[in-house]
Amino acid sequence: MELDELYQTIILDHSRRPRNFGELPAPALRGAGYNPSCGDEVVVFVARSPEGKIEQAKFVGQACAICMASTSLMTTRLKGKTAAEALSLKRVFVDFLTKDAPPPPDELGNLQALAGVKKFPQRLKCATLGWHALQSALSGLER
Amino acid sequence: MSIDLLAQKYRVDFPILEQKVNGYPLAYLDNAASTQHPTCVIDEIARYYKEDHANVHRGLHELSSRSTKLYEDARARIARFIGAKSQDSIIFTRGTTEGINLVAATWGTAHLGPGDVILITEMEHHANLIPWQILARRTGASLQYLPIQGDEGNIDWTLLERRLQGAPVRILSFTHISNALACVNPVSEICAIARRNGVVTLVDAAQSAGHAPIDVQEIGCDFLAFSGHKCCGPTGIGVLYGNSEILAEMEPYQFGGEMISSVTYETAEWKEGPHRFEAGTPHIAGAIGLATALSYLDDVDRSAIQATDHHLGQIAYQKLSNLPGIRILGPQSERAGLISFQLGRIHAHDLVAYANQFGIALRGGHHCTQPLMRKLGLQATARASFYFYNRESEIDRLIEVLRQSIRYFGN
Repeated sequence: MELDELYQTIILDHSRRPRNFGELPAPALRGAGYNPSCGDEVVVFVARSPEGKIEQAKFVGQACAICMASTSLMTTRLKGKTAAEALSLKRVFVDFLTKDAPPPPDELGNLQALAGVKKFPQRLKCATLGWHALQSALSGLER
Repeated sequence: MSIDLLAQKYRVDFPILEQKVNGYPLAYLDNAASTQHPTCVIDEIARYYKEDHANVHRGLHELSSRSTKLYEDARARIARFIGAKSQDSIIFTRGTTEGINLVAATWGTAHLGPGDVILITEMEHHANLIPWQILARRTGASLQYLPIQGDEGNIDWTLLERRLQGAPVRILSFTHISNALACVNPVSEICAIARRNGVVTLVDAAQSAGHAPIDVQEIGCDFLAFSGHKCCGPTGIGVLYGNSEILAEMEPYQFGGEMISSVTYETAEWKEGPHRFEAGTPHIAGAIGLATALSYLDDVDRSAIQATDHHLGQIAYQKLSNLPGIRILGPQSERAGLISFQLGRIHAHDLVAYANQFGIALRGGHHCTQPLMRKLGLQATARASFYFYNRESEIDRLIEVLRQSIRYFGN
């Protein structure tokens, strides 16, 4: 059924067993995303090396399967990236969900499992909530 | 009584219900958000626009006379529907939200000051909460809450009198039926206690006006607000009832055309009666459509609607209670025709998306009761809400889909 395109196996897996779930202590960066339509909230934590590369990203929150999976998948793809590279990935991902142009597949990898969101535009906010939290955590660092 | 008696007779009046969604017959279970329209309402609105439309209370020509008569007849029809003594007690608004905002902005601003207490309950919709927060901030009054008890959510109304005597409460504003908990508050008893303690009352009847007989004389409230689109009428139209003594001394809400008796460059005087609160050209077709809808509901019989609602709500409660891992909000009995629940660890939005795949329309979210959800330790619930055109078989379909969803998402 059409819903299976939205809830692909990898999405259901990451929503049931989110990766990198938990908090990071300060001085890790912290950013929150809040969806007022459902009350969902995720908080993303980012620890960076002295050179400014992301060493670890974690998150906490309660949210729907799409949001949990998208945020979980996001945290698995940030290691070694600078803030600018992480935010560039966010733009590529949001474009992938909102524009018709074919995505650069190498960059997105398993994030492409969220392609089903294109057919359920009311779930776009769910798929991008964790990414907005990431942007908030990294605000001011993009150069 | 067969639970489907009204559906068998009246469902045919609702053309929108005869459609398929994702290949399945639509099961519309989102009536607490908005009800559907019988053909007579749709036809009357179209007829009005085809034959009678002009602005009201302004023109001397034929069409303006007709539209003015229809608009004022609608006011009288609504007065009868809620047992108001006079049609002058009926103010047209955009909906419940505007009605409550009107009372807070006019009566509230004039009567409240530092030290005064505004009393509401923890189960209120944001529309009956935020206007009072803002009013309290502006006037220095304090906003206080009657607490709910546990997941069942009932309020211990036996404590009300002591509460009213222990603090300078000026207004008690509360919902008749909770849109999140399905609690039915004993509205007449509450208003009687408030009245003998000199406290003004406002009843949020958004969930009850189309679902139960309402008589403002019997209830004894000072204000009562409801929305047209939750009782088979159009969106964008609602009603604020106010008792005539209070309305007579209230200042207008908005200012402009329609509500004045005389204007100079320096000053203006207001009309008497409800028109004082209806600045600008009103939603004429909405008022006419609403009056048609209320006549329709009286033909169906509101006591029968109430009984059907209660039946559907109770059956849904019994059947949903058997699902593994379910947490149902609200009381076990004396429920209104809606049920809000959390199914295991499945998020409400996932559940609603899943049910939609099988043609079932549910609501998922905080139902505009964020503080209540937070108090209950929830972010969002799924909600099924019924009306007299729903059938028991639609509840059975819901149960089956919920069982499947547990397998799909894992519990």
